[in-house]
This record gives sequence, structure tokens and C-alpha cells, in this order.
Amino acid sequence: MSFFGFGPSAEIEILLDGSDTRKAAELKLEDGRKERFPLYYDGETVSGKVNVVLKKSNGKLEHQGIKIEFIGQIDLYFDRGNRHEFVSMVRELARPGILTQNASYNFEFVNVEKPYESYTGSNRLSDLVKEQEICVHTLAQYPDLNSSIKMEVGIEDCLHIEFEYNKSKYHLKDVIVGKIYFLLVRIKIKHMEIQVIKREIAGSGPNALNENETLAKFEIMDGAPVRGESIPIRLFLSGYDLTPTMRDINKKFSVKYYLNLVLVDEEERRYFKQQEVTLFRKADKKRRPIASNMIERGIFHHRTAQFGGPQPPPQQPQQQTVESPELETGSTHVSPAMPSKPVAAAGQSEEPDDDEAEADDDEEDEDEEPEAEDEDNDGDRQEDRDSKNGQL
Amino acid sequence: MSTSTQSAASIQRLQHKRQTLDDAYSPPANFLEIDVCNPETHGVNKDRYTDYEVRMRTNLPVFRLKESSVRRRYSEFEWLRGELERDSKIVVPKLPGKALRLQLPFRGGGDGRFDDEFIEERRRGLEDFINKVTGHPLAQNEKCLHMFLQEQTVDRGYVPGKVRTT
Repeated sequence: MSFFGFGPSAEIEILLDGSDTRKAAELKLEDGRKERFPLYYDGETVSGKVNVVLKKSNGKLEHQGIKIEFIGQIDLYFDRGNRHEFVSMVRELARPGILTQNASYNFEFVNVEKPYESYTGSNRLSDLVKEQEICVHTLAQYPDLNSSIKMEVGIEDCLHIEFEYNKSKYHLKDVIVGKIYFLLVRIKIKHMEIQVIKREIAGSGPNALNENETLAKFEIMDGAPVRGESIPIRLFLSGYDLTPTMRDINKKFSVKYYLNLVLVDEEERRYFKQQEVTLFRKADKKRRPIASNMIERGIFHHRTAQFGGPQPPPQQPQQQTVESPELETGSTHVSPAMPSKPVAAAGQSEEPDDDEAEADDDEEDEDEEPEAEDEDNDGDRQEDRDSKNGQL
Repeated sequence: MSTSTQSAASIQRLQHKRQTLDDAYSPPANFLEIDVCNPETHGVNKDRYTDYEVRMRTNLPVFRLKESSVRRRYSEFEWLRGELERDSKIVVPKLPGKALRLQLPFRGGGDGRFDDEFIEERRRGLEDFINKVTGHPLAQNEKCLHMFLQEQTVDRGYVPGKVRTT
């Protein structure tokens, strides 16, 4: 709701439909306060009603027309006078005339294109879509190709490491899984940490203003590693206040995220490597899980189960659609399976055939038992067993 | 944490190479120890000076000798610092102070810059300095540093430059 004073004669009130049931999202305002606004998505209708309330019950209001506008705009801090509108729709509510009593007008902006997500920058950038006090979230589907990031970096003759992150695109509640492998360590490392950095770039070209903010710092190693050691990384993004990566919004600004790996030696010298990652906001709806390769796997295990032996669990395939319930690979037969040579040799981070075959396999869907073997669920024993079986 | 919507598989550790026993139990490749010790005052009266033993043990390939021991005095540390400031890209750490303070009246009664306490403080400062500098990847290959640490005498007429890793 919002009130706009209209001189002494009348007050205007805007009421959005469904505001009591609609989800709201928090937006940081310019002064740093956080406020909740109704949440709309791209393509959704924005509707409601406008009430004009005359101050004096017997007064009258002469006007040149009443209209309602839906505006999407970008305010850049350094460009204060200039508001850039990227969406603008108008509905005329009343022709010029005279109001002698309170009036109420319904409005509806049908299927409004809301191309950009609401974003409030830190101190510099200003709001997006604020005049109408709604908040927009842009949703994306899980990316089709989400390759891992793997690189060897270092300082000649002093420090060589290979770092790997399991994906290059993460959704906002995702988990970053990675590892650091030490190839050459001729310096005395004290500890290692990983940071999540947000960079806002306002404007373009030589006048571009960059502002960096370290959102998270997370120590992943304490002590001095030697050659051949691998340090795991597991960073839960849901704990941090993140927005999707925004590239060149209306050619005005960008928001990018980086993972910064920092090694600190005993003399407090810092060695770091920054790597951009793309963040996106995942759609909430559940996707039906793809069971085709699960079936394959189930059959395979069913056969191999005859050979008995110690029962380390099979390597779980990379779970691509995170919302779908965990599919128990051992579910088609009684005893836990022998470990496989990688069947769906999970190209660790590549999206499998999810997009093609949405096989509707009810049997598999139902099964949500927790995995029997990895009780503490931290992947440790899994790992040991895997290597025992020669899986590297 | 939203682990309820994440499977164990999606957040499982990445597979890694097992470290060889050799790598796990060999001496680390970053072994470097430098001691500044055994201060000795030479000469008599006005011409006295103190020098220190600079003893180094390392397995870094950039250093020609894996063990070395030389004697150096404060002015030579100052010389080294000047060379590094000019030639290397690093911010060179500070040396322990000069003895100027000790010429103040209330300090009388001691030996001034030959006072045991002063020498010990200076020794510590020099040790910190030389360790910081030698461990720095961008200073490690300076000729002046190698000469300082591993040649018996410092030749101020040397040709500055970088040392290649052997």
C-alpha cells in the first residue's frame, strides 16, 4: 500500500491484489534498512486497485485525468539525476473530470515483462523497481552445461597448486564442492581460506566504478601442507546474502561473484587466486527426477550382488535436480550392491540426460530411504571405500 | 543449511589422488632456517665493532649451498637492505634500530652499542629480518642476498642481478 498526498484535497491509495497471500521478499533500501515488498515474477500480472479518498467529505477534486504507471527503473548513484526506465506501462483510470466522492479504480497490468531482478547495491547503486514497491525475482532453469572449473596456478619455483570447483554456475542455495591439490610447496604456508566476493560494476568503459565486498571468509586449511596433499572445500551458499549474477543490466551495471582462494604464509604474505562463478536463482518448482540411468544402475547392481563380498555402497551419481528426492540406487534389490566401476561414470558435473527423458518411474520416485551405508553422511567413508576400490 | 534438499551425493568430496608415502614422509620442500647468533666484538676502544654468525640450512634449490655459515656486521645488513630496496619488487622489512639512542646521557654506565642487552635485541631483529627476506619468493633469487648469505665476504662491487634456480 502506499499513500501519495495530493495536496489538501485528496489522498491516493494503491492496493495490490493478493497482497496478503503473496510472498514477499526483502530488499535493502538506500539507507541500509531492509524492507519487505510483494514479490512478482517475470510475466506475472500486476493488478490491484487505486482508491482516491477525498479529504473533505463534501469537497471536490478537479483533475486532468488519473492514470497508473508501472515503471521499472535503474538508478545509478553517480548518475543521480538520470533515472533509466526500462519498463513503462500506463493505464488510464479516469478521464479528466471532477470527483465529488471517493472513487476506486481497478487496474491490471497483464503479464508484465519484468526482465531484471530487483537489486540494491551497496551505497552506490540504487534500487530497481522501487516506485511501485514490488520486488522482482528473475528465475532461471538449471543450466544445461555446467562444467567444473579446474586450473593449475602458482608462482614459478615456489608454489604450484591445482584448484577445482565442481561447477561454474551455482544457484543461490547451492553448495560449492571443490578441492585444492598441492603440486609444489616451497613456501611455509600457515593457513588457507576461501572468500566469496561480490563486485558491483556501475557504468561502463573507463568510467566504470567497481566496488568489491567480501561476503564470506571461510578457513579451509590450518597448517603447512606438502606436495601431494588434497584439501577439500565445501561451502554452503545458503548462509549468505546473495543475488544472482547480473551482466550488463540495461548496459548500465553488472553484479559479479568471485571465489577467492587465499593462502597465507608464516610472514603473513598472501597468495591468492580469484575465479568468477555465475550465480543464478533457481525456480522453486519440483522437477520430476530422471530415472533412466537409475534403472540401468539398479539392474547392474542386481546382477553383481550375487558376488557378495564386503558391501561398500555404490558411488552415488551426481544429483542434478536438487529438489527431487534422493533415489536409492540399491532400491531394486535386497542386499547393498557391490561398488561399480563408474557406471554412469558421472562426468562429475555435467548434466546428464535430464533434459531429454523425463521418465516417469513411480517406483523409483517413492523410495526415499536414507542411504544405509554412509550413516554420518559426510562422504568420508564413502571416499575411503571408493579409493579402496581403485576409484580415483 | 538446506541439506534437506541436497543429496549426500551432490555435496560429496571430489575424488582426489592419494598422496604417496614418499611425499607424505619426506622432508618438506620448504625447509629454510637461518640463525643469527654468536655475536662477537672485535677490536679495541673506538675501533670496536660487533659481528654475528649468519648460519643457514635449506633444501631450496635456488640456493647453491644447502648449508652455509658466514659472519656479518650491521652495516652489511644495511647494505643488503639497500640493494633489495633498489632491485627487488618487495617491500623490504625494517632492520632493528641503529645505536643513536644509546648516546643519551641516562644510558651511561653501560657499554652503549656493545651492551649485551642491546646486542641481543639487535641480534633478534637481524634474525627476523633475514628470515623474512630470504623466505620471500620475489627476493629469493637476488644475487645480493645469495652473496650475503653464502659468500665469505660481501663484495660491494658485485654486479647486481638475479640467480637462476640450479
